[in-house]
Amino acid sequence: MYALEIDGLKKTYKSGVQALKGINLTVEQGDFFALLGPNGAGKSTTIGVISSLVNKSEGKVLVSGHSIDDDLIAAKSCIGLVPQEFNFNQFETLQQIVVNQAGYYGVPRHIAKERAEKYLKQLELWDKRNSPARSLSGGMKRRLMIARALMHEPKILILDEPTAGVDIEIRRSMWTFLKKINEQGITIILTTHYLEEAEMLCRNIAIIDKGTIVENTSMKALLSKLNMETFVLDLDVSNGRTARLEGFEHRLLDNHTLEVDVAKEAGLNPVFNQLTEQGIQVLSMRNKTNRLEELFVRLLESGRDGGNANG
Amino acid sequence: MANHKLVALRTIWIKEITRFMRIWVQTLVPPAITMTLYFVIFGSLIGNRIGQMGGFSYMEFIVPGLIMMSVITNAYSNVSSSFFSAKFQNNIEEMLVAPVPTWVIIGGFVGGGVARALLIGIIVTCVSLLFVDLQIHHFAAIVITLILTATLFAAAGLVNAVFAKTFDDISMVPTFVLTPLTYLGGVFYSLSLLPDFWQVVSKANPIVYMVNGFRYGFLGVSDVSFSTSIGVLIAFNVILFAIAYRLLDKGVGIRH
Repeated sequence: MYALEIDGLKKTYKSGVQALKGINLTVEQGDFFALLGPNGAGKSTTIGVISSLVNKSEGKVLVSGHSIDDDLIAAKSCIGLVPQEFNFNQFETLQQIVVNQAGYYGVPRHIAKERAEKYLKQLELWDKRNSPARSLSGGMKRRLMIARALMHEPKILILDEPTAGVDIEIRRSMWTFLKKINEQGITIILTTHYLEEAEMLCRNIAIIDKGTIVENTSMKALLSKLNMETFVLDLDVSNGRTARLEGFEHRLLDNHTLEVDVAKEAGLNPVFNQLTEQGIQVLSMRNKTNRLEELFVRLLESGRDGGNANG
Repeated sequence: MANHKLVALRTIWIKEITRFMRIWVQTLVPPAITMTLYFVIFGSLIGNRIGQMGGFSYMEFIVPGLIMMSVITNAYSNVSSSFFSAKFQNNIEEMLVAPVPTWVIIGGFVGGGVARALLIGIIVTCVSLLFVDLQIHHFAAIVITLILTATLFAAAGLVNAVFAKTFDDISMVPTFVLTPLTYLGGVFYSLSLLPDFWQVVSKANPIVYMVNGFRYGFLGVSDVSFSTSIGVLIAFNVILFAIAYRLLDKGVGIRH
């Protein structure tokens, strides 16, 4: 049984905008799944339909085997949703928000209070439990929405751009937290604009554009499609020599910085060997662009050109 | 699962009651002050010159109507403002994503409105005791009329909030519909004072039945029979709850 099965999902809004044009998608139980796409691609509409905030026009959605048409109550009980926009009552305290949310799922109040302590502590919000939500910083509000979504201990956690507008330190602590709860067995479905985030966290990925899935595969398989990468090398040229490479496209950005295109099958060793022969040491190295970002752009472009989406 | 629904219902009640208690200066104090002014001006100052109405002092006559007026206004405004705020801030989504049946959402919000209306009813009754010795003719009639009126206007407030797109939309109905109907609903006068034609017209105003049912409970006098009052109240309750259920179940104004 899949955590999520979507079959032929279509959505046309009253305005006539066709947000989803028949998407098919499966997410394995326990997966850490990324749903990527540009603004307006249909990510939030898909999440809206799964979490029953948006009425679908056509198609089937099964959540942990429960159809949202025939067994909506059971389907809803399996999902915890972290929406893109802050949607809690700004005047309520953190504890009221999370305890009430548990109550909507039928969790008795005394258990809800115990869970509130557990999750607010895990997300480093316990000290603020009696403060009104409006007094929180942006990062704290994002973490509050994660705590709220976990209060009924769902099987699937859906996060719609959970780290948007969050500083790097908090983003990384949120990644650690999400990895931890995924290891505990919760399926995580994530939409994000930070491709580094998807690459770092997710095992499987779907790319959606203009209401259509243009790619649905494992992160590993997707990244393997990238056969040329550009690296930026910081060099120690204290011997005064200028770096030169035979057999590689390369550009010297300044005397200390070399940009080189490396085919996957060639590997990096020949580059290091040639530089070592010239008496030049490599001090550090990085990818010029995020690998996933490069693929993402290619896939969208090829999809829009009607070409092969395999880049 | 039934127990789960009761937990959800209780949660919405707690949330709603906490909300109006948190802003008690806006929700509980104004009706007490307004009604005190009504009692002083219409009851004591002007009322003494009016003399008796329906066999009672003018003050005794208007007290049930004024309590009912507070109940109607507060039941309505509590639900309309709370539900619209939840819609406006999107926190209604907290309930929509959860397995909360439509009747629980309606019961929760209406229950919150009724709780505020009853509390205001008690406060205004206590204030009225400073001015008049209240008699009780039929306690059960008072309770039944009070609860049916509060549920009716709480449900009406919910329907208004479902359709509302701006805060103006939730203040229009109280200003242009509720207030005129209440003032013309026999709070300050007996329908028997009106010419025959206007007596008939007045009987199309549902608030007449609520005020008179309530007045019957206190004083034992009424312009319409108590059973008619209860019948009208039940009929309007059924209609409004059915509308509210249909709207929320279809997701009007809350689902895309």
